[in-house]
Amino acid sequence: MTDVPPLLTTADGRPLKAALASAQGRARRKAFYLVAPLLLFVVFSFILPIGQMLHRSIYHDGFSSTAPNLSAWFAANPSGTEPDEAAFAALAADLAEMKKNKTAGEAATRINYTVSATRSLFTATARKADKLQPPFKEALLAEDAKWGEPVIWQAMRAASNPYTTDFYLIATDRARGADGGIEQVPENERIYLWLFGKTFILSGLITFICLILAFPIAHLLATLPMAKSNLLMILVLLPFWTSLLVRTTSWIVLLQGQGVVNNILVSLGMIGEDGRITMIYNQTGTIIVMTHILLPFMVLPLYSVMRTIKPSYARAARSLGATSWTTFRRIYLPQTLPGIGAGALLVFILAVGYYITPALVGGADGQLISNLIQFHMSKSNWSLAAALSGMLLVGVLLLYWLYDRLVGIDKLKLG
Amino acid sequence: MRHGFRLSQFKENVQENLPLHGENGVATETRANDFVVFDHVQKSYDGVSLVVKDLNLTIAKGEFLTMLGPSGSGKTTCLMMLAGFETATNGEIRLDGRNINLVPPHKRGIGMVFQNYALFPHMTVGENLSFPLEVRGMGKDEREAKVKRALDMVQMYSFINRRPAQLSGGQQQRIALARALVFDPSLVLMDEPLGALDKQLREHMQFEIKHLHESLGITVVYVTHDQGEALTMSDRVAVFNDGKIQQLAPPADLYERPENSFVAQFIGENNKLPGVIEELSEGKALVRLATGELIDATPVNVTAKGQKTLVSIRPERVEFKPEMMPPGAHMIGAEVIEVIYMGDILRARLKVAGSDDFVMKMRNTLGQTKLSPGETIRIGWHPQDARALEPM
Repeated sequence: MTDVPPLLTTADGRPLKAALASAQGRARRKAFYLVAPLLLFVVFSFILPIGQMLHRSIYHDGFSSTAPNLSAWFAANPSGTEPDEAAFAALAADLAEMKKNKTAGEAATRINYTVSATRSLFTATARKADKLQPPFKEALLAEDAKWGEPVIWQAMRAASNPYTTDFYLIATDRARGADGGIEQVPENERIYLWLFGKTFILSGLITFICLILAFPIAHLLATLPMAKSNLLMILVLLPFWTSLLVRTTSWIVLLQGQGVVNNILVSLGMIGEDGRITMIYNQTGTIIVMTHILLPFMVLPLYSVMRTIKPSYARAARSLGATSWTTFRRIYLPQTLPGIGAGALLVFILAVGYYITPALVGGADGQLISNLIQFHMSKSNWSLAAALSGMLLVGVLLLYWLYDRLVGIDKLKLG
Repeated sequence: MRHGFRLSQFKENVQENLPLHGENGVATETRANDFVVFDHVQKSYDGVSLVVKDLNLTIAKGEFLTMLGPSGSGKTTCLMMLAGFETATNGEIRLDGRNINLVPPHKRGIGMVFQNYALFPHMTVGENLSFPLEVRGMGKDEREAKVKRALDMVQMYSFINRRPAQLSGGQQQRIALARALVFDPSLVLMDEPLGALDKQLREHMQFEIKHLHESLGITVVYVTHDQGEALTMSDRVAVFNDGKIQQLAPPADLYERPENSFVAQFIGENNKLPGVIEELSEGKALVRLATGELIDATPVNVTAKGQKTLVSIRPERVEFKPEMMPPGAHMIGAEVIEVIYMGDILRARLKVAGSDDFVMKMRNTLGQTKLSPGETIRIGWHPQDARALEPM
């Protein structure tokens, strides 16, 4: 253990490590300059926006900046303190300031995220804020009895700090109770977790269908002679070169009530005129169209793995006495696992965050979580949209981690 | 001892079977030694041309038969038909008296060693060997015993938990061999199994395979394009070309008595002298070369005076010292172009009968005459060493 090799030096006495570093330095710098544009691009177009998005999911200063006096009172008094006259005075001062700056709507919006139907409480009271006289507690309660409700005070306390977990609470169907504890919202108001679950289940289903469909195609591609497999490859890739919108709308043409598929079924007499099947603007439509669009992402990794599996393995297994089914199950399938893993991961992650297809063909029950994220963005509730996106991101990263544990990320083969 | 016994036994067999590859069908009568029989087997991939043309071949139990030939000669196709991966377009393949044309590969019970070993990369060495036993429904204890025995046979038991990727080429080769033998097949096919190894390892493995063949008494059909491998390992060699067996003979016969120009040229180094039969009598021929000189030869497949022929002589059988020549043998003039020192031998390139690619090999002995370029000598040979074959 003690025989540490002596520190090597170059012929002219410099330490070998330093000499090596300076000798390779030039090449390293050159390599760095070459990748620098990409690095900058990734930082500005990927890392910064995602960082910004994650920041927004825990930061909202709509109340804390418009109600500085009350925020100071919350900071001075620990949670659970009954709001005293000083608190109401601070609130009245803030409301007066809001009226002056016309920021009551901003503050109201922030509180409204966590306690619904509180918008008018702020805007109406703020309108009369400069007429309020001490004692402020009675004055405000006279203005609106809601000012005495602990739920409102809990919400304001939570909002007085711009850094908040409120949006993650909302995104997991939870809310702060009157006593400041965290509890689930009533059953009829729970939508997010259910939609997350549905998104993951549908994505899993789409991934599975893609795998079942892609496996034989990829095998055919990998075993056909070059000329034929090239043609087949073009057919697989053709959808890639077509606009997503075109592909989605052509599915609408095919699947709608008066569409091609229904018409054929009716003319064949398989279904009656009044028995036309609803295949689009629902969950079925989302599954069919997304499977079609994501199929190449499964075919390509599978193909690239299958191409490297020599036919002699199957022959060897057969010569050793295995039936063709055993050969497939014990020899071929295990060797395609890196491809299956890569394809499934790719398709699943794409499906989980897919927006445009469910939006176009999903109807009411075929919407996924990304459609809800978009909905909140359009309503300018950026923080909730960011929190939902953050949860999606964590879910995907969790999958990566799971894949790494089960298969190993180094075995991932994407093409 | 055992080897000698078997060799003599099979020499008999060869003589019996000598007209085998001739016109009269072979396999009509089944002898005890007819373990593998190709009976008028033809194979076509495209329906236009034949890759294997009317193959008749009988392999005795315990024999080591090598199929030798250039690529595209049909030897691998024959092996694949025997293994069951290709179907014969016409004819019958019999194993131990049973027609196996319609038997799927996994029911043939033939061990096979592939060119690139085809060890399953996702399984350990032990699992690879255990696989054929598992699919046969063998119990765990029996499997472990057999795997151990097979790995001990190739001295690889300590590698039982390694993956194929962690083994060197030679080690993978041994595992592939052990896997092909672990389920005790009586017939083992080997498709150029040593092609990927370096020369030294290849020679070592040749010895090991030969040793295993002898100690286990299995029948081996071995495909290679390396003639050295074929000559050192085989009991008999079938030389393939153009979908046909050109010659089927023990190695010594093949080397010393090639039956046609292809075999003469394909096996070992050969000097070729084109000429015309001047005289033909009682196993002796006199051939007049294009330059007018006369040489002695043994007629092989020439039948008449005046016929064109190609005389083939091995470089090591060429003599340039008159005292080594039999009385009455013809000698011809030759000019030394260059002499290459190769250690154990000296290799002289000579200009003979107008062409300058005639090669003569001399042993590098103490008293060997040193030739120098530009020197004129006279060369000759024993008439039985020069074989008058059909022109190519």
